[in-house]
Amino acid sequence: MAIRTRMSGNEATAEAIRQINPDVMPAFPITPSTEIPQMVSTMVANGQIDTEFVPVESEHSSMSAAIGASAAGARTLTATSSAGLALMWEVVYVAASSRQPIVMAVVNRGLTGPLNINAEHSDSMGARDSGWIQIYGENNQEAYDNMLQAFRIAEDPKVHLPVMICQDGFITSHAVENISLLEDGPVKEFVGSYEPEHYLLNGEEPMAVGPYAVSAYCMEAKKAQAEAMIRSKEVILQVAREFEEISGRGYGLFEEYQMEDAEYAVVAIGSVCGTTKDAIDRLREQGVKAGLVKVRVFRPFPGEELAEALKGCKAVAIMDRCESYSAQGGPLGAELMAAMYRAKATAETVNIVYGLSGRDVRVEDMMQVYEDLKGLAEGRKTFEQYPYLGLRE
Amino acid sequence: MKASQINENTRWQDLTEGLKIYEPATSRQFETGEWRTQTPVVDWDACRQCLLCVPYCPDSSIPVSEGKRGEFDLLHCKGCGICVKACPFGAITMKEGR
Repeated sequence: MAIRTRMSGNEATAEAIRQINPDVMPAFPITPSTEIPQMVSTMVANGQIDTEFVPVESEHSSMSAAIGASAAGARTLTATSSAGLALMWEVVYVAASSRQPIVMAVVNRGLTGPLNINAEHSDSMGARDSGWIQIYGENNQEAYDNMLQAFRIAEDPKVHLPVMICQDGFITSHAVENISLLEDGPVKEFVGSYEPEHYLLNGEEPMAVGPYAVSAYCMEAKKAQAEAMIRSKEVILQVAREFEEISGRGYGLFEEYQMEDAEYAVVAIGSVCGTTKDAIDRLREQGVKAGLVKVRVFRPFPGEELAEALKGCKAVAIMDRCESYSAQGGPLGAELMAAMYRAKATAETVNIVYGLSGRDVRVEDMMQVYEDLKGLAEGRKTFEQYPYLGLRE
Repeated sequence: MKASQINENTRWQDLTEGLKIYEPATSRQFETGEWRTQTPVVDWDACRQCLLCVPYCPDSSIPVSEGKRGEFDLLHCKGCGICVKACPFGAITMKEGR
């Protein structure tokens, strides 16, 4: 029986962690993810779970401890945001290249500066090339559901890669919404127990993790890692199918909303997708064929599949909650446009930067985006690449 | 895949995951002293076989047999010179080169 309740995104994540009961959680508090380790450490103190909670002295230490614990054979998890993820930087790559199935809850917050603590994707987008799988949720429900699926993906022998489960800071992490939880039993059965084939605490098999690789070996190792990332796509889909069986909620690499006949599409990540769906509902009443593609899995990037989903569109707005200072646009814009070029897409495209440092995006803003897309398709409107949404100028 | 089977012709498909090595003491198979620029030399007349140099060597490159140390294992000695400082009798010196 599903449990109907209400929770914030952080509470939902902590609840998922309680149900998973991971072996080790090293963590250091940072806004807006602080509540996650706070709540989990309370669960540990109350004896609800037997997770070894390690209060480390920095995020570099939390990721280092996570790698050590994972290599030792423990199911390991941590949480962070923004500058915390930035401080982990060096070892974030080591987690992936060492092929440790660590899970990290990332509550997205902009990187400084200017100094700010609000929702933006620059933290995890900065780590997009670190070799981690990245799954983004729109709301508290998806933060919970994605967390429950994370270890199944990470620990699959075809994958063995770390996974970031991302949600928007404050907008999702702190806003309380309705949520449907699973009971502990089905979750435990779904997640299963972790039985690594090789681990440092196995006295029968001494092993070395993270040896120095001279140039004669690094390229081959990276190729193997890249192939695991490619293979993870099918595993993510398989785990989602099994999750749907116990939850009734289906997930893919991305979600298509009103895309069957859409002429004007927005492609976006995270909480803005809820706002966009409201805009679409209003526009559909007016007869505008508006649709949304919500990217759930950014790593591996489902380029071919996204291009296929967008092939019937006249104009597409690709939304980045992240400035990459490339003088070219944001990361989603760059990667999706490359994928659409390879697929010989004919749609007009515009890459829009929005919602930086928690700037609010209203339904009206998204309705204007569709209006502009219509103008673009009809030749009435031109865009200077790449516009900022709602910028004072 | 055993470490002894991995070499510079190994395909990416055949490498271990994350280049992990699932057996101990594989450094015996590799010459890790090749970047040494200085080499320790023992003056056997000054050496009293106190064996103090042995535990100080960070690379286990001073073999001991029947209670006596032997010549340095130069396949693994990095030339750090810690043994020179450890020797109470000044019996070890560093010479330039390998």
